Amino acid sequence: MATEAKGEETGGLVFHPLDQFIVKPLFGDGPIHWYTPTNVTLWMFLAVLAVILVFVVGSRGRAVIPSRMQSVGELIYGFTYKMVEDVAGKDAVKFFPYIITLFIFILFSNFLGLLPMSFATTSHIAVTAVLAAAVFLTVTIVGFVKNGTAFLGLFWVSSAPMALRPILAVIELISYFVRPVSHSIRLGGNIMAGHAVIKVFAGFAAIAAISPVSVLAISAIYGLEVLVAGIQAYVFTILTCVYLKDALHPSH
Amino acid sequence: MAGESTTVEHAADAGAHGAEASGAGMPQLDFSTFPNQIFWLVVTLVVIYFVLSRIALPRISAVLAERAGTITNDIAAAEELKLKAQEAEAAYNQALADARSEANRIVAEAKAEIQSELDAEMQKADAEIAAKTAESEKAIAEIRENAVKSVTDVAKDTAKEIVAALGGKADAKTVTAAVKAQMKG
Amino acid sequence: MEGDIAQLGQFIGAGLAAIGSGAAAIGVGHVAGNFLAGALRNPSAAASQTATLFIGIAFAEALGIFSFLVALLLMFAV
Repeated sequence: MATEAKGEETGGLVFHPLDQFIVKPLFGDGPIHWYTPTNVTLWMFLAVLAVILVFVVGSRGRAVIPSRMQSVGELIYGFTYKMVEDVAGKDAVKFFPYIITLFIFILFSNFLGLLPMSFATTSHIAVTAVLAAAVFLTVTIVGFVKNGTAFLGLFWVSSAPMALRPILAVIELISYFVRPVSHSIRLGGNIMAGHAVIKVFAGFAAIAAISPVSVLAISAIYGLEVLVAGIQAYVFTILTCVYLKDALHPSH
Repeated sequence: MAGESTTVEHAADAGAHGAEASGAGMPQLDFSTFPNQIFWLVVTLVVIYFVLSRIALPRISAVLAERAGTITNDIAAAEELKLKAQEAEAAYNQALADARSEANRIVAEAKAEIQSELDAEMQKADAEIAAKTAESEKAIAEIRENAVKSVTDVAKDTAKEIVAALGGKADAKTVTAAVKAQMKG
Repeated sequence: MEGDIAQLGQFIGAGLAAIGSGAAAIGVGHVAGNFLAGALRNPSAAASQTATLFIGIAFAEALGIFSFLVALLLMFAV
């Protein structure tokens, strides 16, 4: 393995596009236990701090005419509320705090991850898989609690011809269980891909002849990544809403 | 994943040499860090959930409701004010129309008064003028008469004198007849 | 040139897997282009379908990310 890694460094270029994702302990070099404060801890703590700053400190005035910070909070609140209501239905509103927690955590982590020298917590499969698994479990449990066995009607497409229904049921079942996989890898992969691409272009900046191009490309991709950070948070949340709608109203 | 064992080893010295060690695999697949990440993620999510659901969301929804209430009230107040403004405008228009008709009436009155005064003055003036004209005509007639008489007298005298100067004897009757004949002609 | 045949296969495989990213780009372009074509025909209905647009783009892009992931796995993890 080490030789393969060295193989990339031929030609004077040093690419370590994935080094930015290494989980390191904050203090010392000890082994990483489950409780060790790591850079994951730091950046998640910063995300919590940002959330508190925007949503608690920003809205402490309770002003009818909002300050800037308060209107940001209200904007996110209204946006998410409308999304839950429109996509998942009126009776999904009681899941709104749960969904906005996911949305805000992903949004703030994505944007914090875009800071130079930062650590993108949402680029890790471990993190996104837990988020997606939480959504998957919630949706499945809510589906069975709300609808009982009628929830299985989600897989039995009653509008299809009888002969096709078992085949469709298998396909629906597979697609149902692929959901958390694609849900988590979409988010983690997008963030990881963007950061890795920026790192690769940063590696090219070492060559003087193409460094201006490289810097321009980094700027352009950074702009794209800002867009992706917002869109992936939005997509994760809206897919959660779509899955929740399936759980609450399983009939196609 | 063959890299797992090596990365677990490297995790021990993942400090200054962490960069070198990571070349061996994707940090995302370094399962030794998973419990750590998952633990801190769960802590973070729980904290964010409680911050949001206990403090931020009730506060924001209260503020939004209050704002919606304020806006509704303001709209109602604005509606009321608009109604009042419309009323005021109607009253103003009414007053304007009244004032205009009043003004028209006054103007008409004044005009009629002036007209009647004017007529009276005109009549008086006409009468005066007529009287003066009659007087003047009389005076003119008198003057004319006097003038004719004077001319006749002068003519008679002159004729007599001329006849006398020519050595004749003027008969008053003849002279008068001649002068009369001349005056007519 | 040093290295063994396994590494050769690994790198070739990674390069082939990266083609999938381009395919996903085609897919995302298709989704967005068709949305735009529909939106221009019926602009009043476009606003209500932006959520569907993003879901479609997300599904198309997820598959590209999968291929990118395969490339990364071949490069760094296998």
